[in-house]
Amino acid sequence: MQSKSNWLKLSKAQLALPYGLFLVCFVLAPLIVIIYYAFTNGEGVFTIENLTGFFLSTKTIGTLAYSFGIAIVTTSVCLLLAYPIAYILARGNFKHKSVILMIFIMPMWINFTLRITALKEILTIIEGNLSFHPFLNTVIGMTYDFLPFMILPIYTTLLKLDKNLLEAASDLGADTVQTFMKVTLPLSVPGIISGIFMVFLPSMTNYVVLDMLYNSTYIMGSLIGAYFSAYDWHGGSMISLILLIIILVFTLCTNRYADEDAGSSRGGVISR
Amino acid sequence: MKKTIQTVFILIMVTLLYLPIFVLAFYSFTDSANIGAIHGFSLHNYVTLFTKQELQDMIIGTLTLAFGSAIISTVLGMLGAVGVHYSKRFGKTFIGAMNQVPVVNAEVVTAFSLCILLIGVCGVDKSSYVSLLIGHVVLETPFVYLSVMPKLKQMDNSLYEAALDLGASPKTAIMRVVIPQIFPGIVSGFALAITLSLDDYFITSYTKPATFDTISTYVVNATKGSQTEIKTALWALSTIIFIVVVLLVIMMNVTGNKNARRAGEIEKKNA
Repeated sequence: MQSKSNWLKLSKAQLALPYGLFLVCFVLAPLIVIIYYAFTNGEGVFTIENLTGFFLSTKTIGTLAYSFGIAIVTTSVCLLLAYPIAYILARGNFKHKSVILMIFIMPMWINFTLRITALKEILTIIEGNLSFHPFLNTVIGMTYDFLPFMILPIYTTLLKLDKNLLEAASDLGADTVQTFMKVTLPLSVPGIISGIFMVFLPSMTNYVVLDMLYNSTYIMGSLIGAYFSAYDWHGGSMISLILLIIILVFTLCTNRYADEDAGSSRGGVISR
Repeated sequence: MKKTIQTVFILIMVTLLYLPIFVLAFYSFTDSANIGAIHGFSLHNYVTLFTKQELQDMIIGTLTLAFGSAIISTVLGMLGAVGVHYSKRFGKTFIGAMNQVPVVNAEVVTAFSLCILLIGVCGVDKSSYVSLLIGHVVLETPFVYLSVMPKLKQMDNSLYEAALDLGASPKTAIMRVVIPQIFPGIVSGFALAITLSLDDYFITSYTKPATFDTISTYVVNATKGSQTEIKTALWALSTIIFIVVVLLVIMMNVTGNKNARRAGEIEKKNA
């Protein structure tokens, strides 16, 4: 009997085998391949030239700096706009909160290239020629694209926040501003972190937004695209590896603040 | 006073968010080729959209890919989640960690690395659609897994045991007891998979056959060209997608409310 129940346990776990195999083949293997390509040259000989080449060339370092610039500004703008929206929706006394939230999330389900096309037409009317303000247009485009990703996780954390804590704060004599600064804001950090996660990296890499808004400056994603078009897999792998390391460092730094379900914020509305 | 400020702020944000979409929708019903120049009413954009062969192919291709890959991802992710739920620590840690990689990774890095593995190392022919399908499944399955997992955690494990005690085989118990319990997670995972596939640009453009286009790759190419007819037909497409999204959201809310009300009634009866 004992052996039978063991067998049963094993067989249920075996349901995960196809997905486990799939992950090994198409998630783990590609990572190994890019590490291999990043540290070899065209003849397959080990080299660190791709790495030194990246950090010694002013062009690529400039691209890295520009990507960080775009990403930092976009993330800040998204945060400054999304926090009040999420706060009002979660804490304010509106009647149809979930409907208003849905209105903010809905654009996410319209293809982003079509949304950027729409934005481009509006910006063209306002500015006349898009090439006058490439940085500003890119930030507007990315904010327009990624704002829902920032609203959702912050809204979710604020909604979960224990109201008793706020009452306690005011009972103990804190005014509204103090309660916000000392209770609400610190407790919403996990939501802010996952929002930053969802916005920062796409802003460093989504070069389609730049292309569509006629910004010809490269960001990290455009470098991968350029290496890909030139069949230079070694250079492209090194850029990918650098981006992966940035993600890893960010994950390790924010691990202790992170929300359990940070990754699922993309589908937060549907799964609720 | 406070509420007025809040309302005004929300209104401004909603307006900014929807202004481009609405302006485009308005001009899609005119015969003008540029936003700003007012012309007469016309449906020619919609006629083009539904008669031009390449646009038809692109739309059907996008939808086929989205549904096909979403079905595969849903089955794979659901089985993965159920298996991991009952597995030992190693399986949990390994699959959990690997599942997170495509979620946090930049899409262009996922696309690039998958492309050099499949096309560079394994020699897969792009025109066979294999790399495209695998790419979309890689993108979608982790999110299916993440939607199903919480439902498994909420599930009462003794129900499965009870089914076994009452004589059900493990297969029957999983099909008739476990799956119905996690069904809402499976449905939302499937819906999420479809939206991810529809919205994707990078994975598609790195792994697709040269002759195949989805909405994303088509729109990006069209904005580089200068064909006015195509450009304005895309305004019509954007409008139709917007209307479909609105209808789906309304439908979802109506059925959601109905289910909630029914659940409430049942609870009342039982009480």
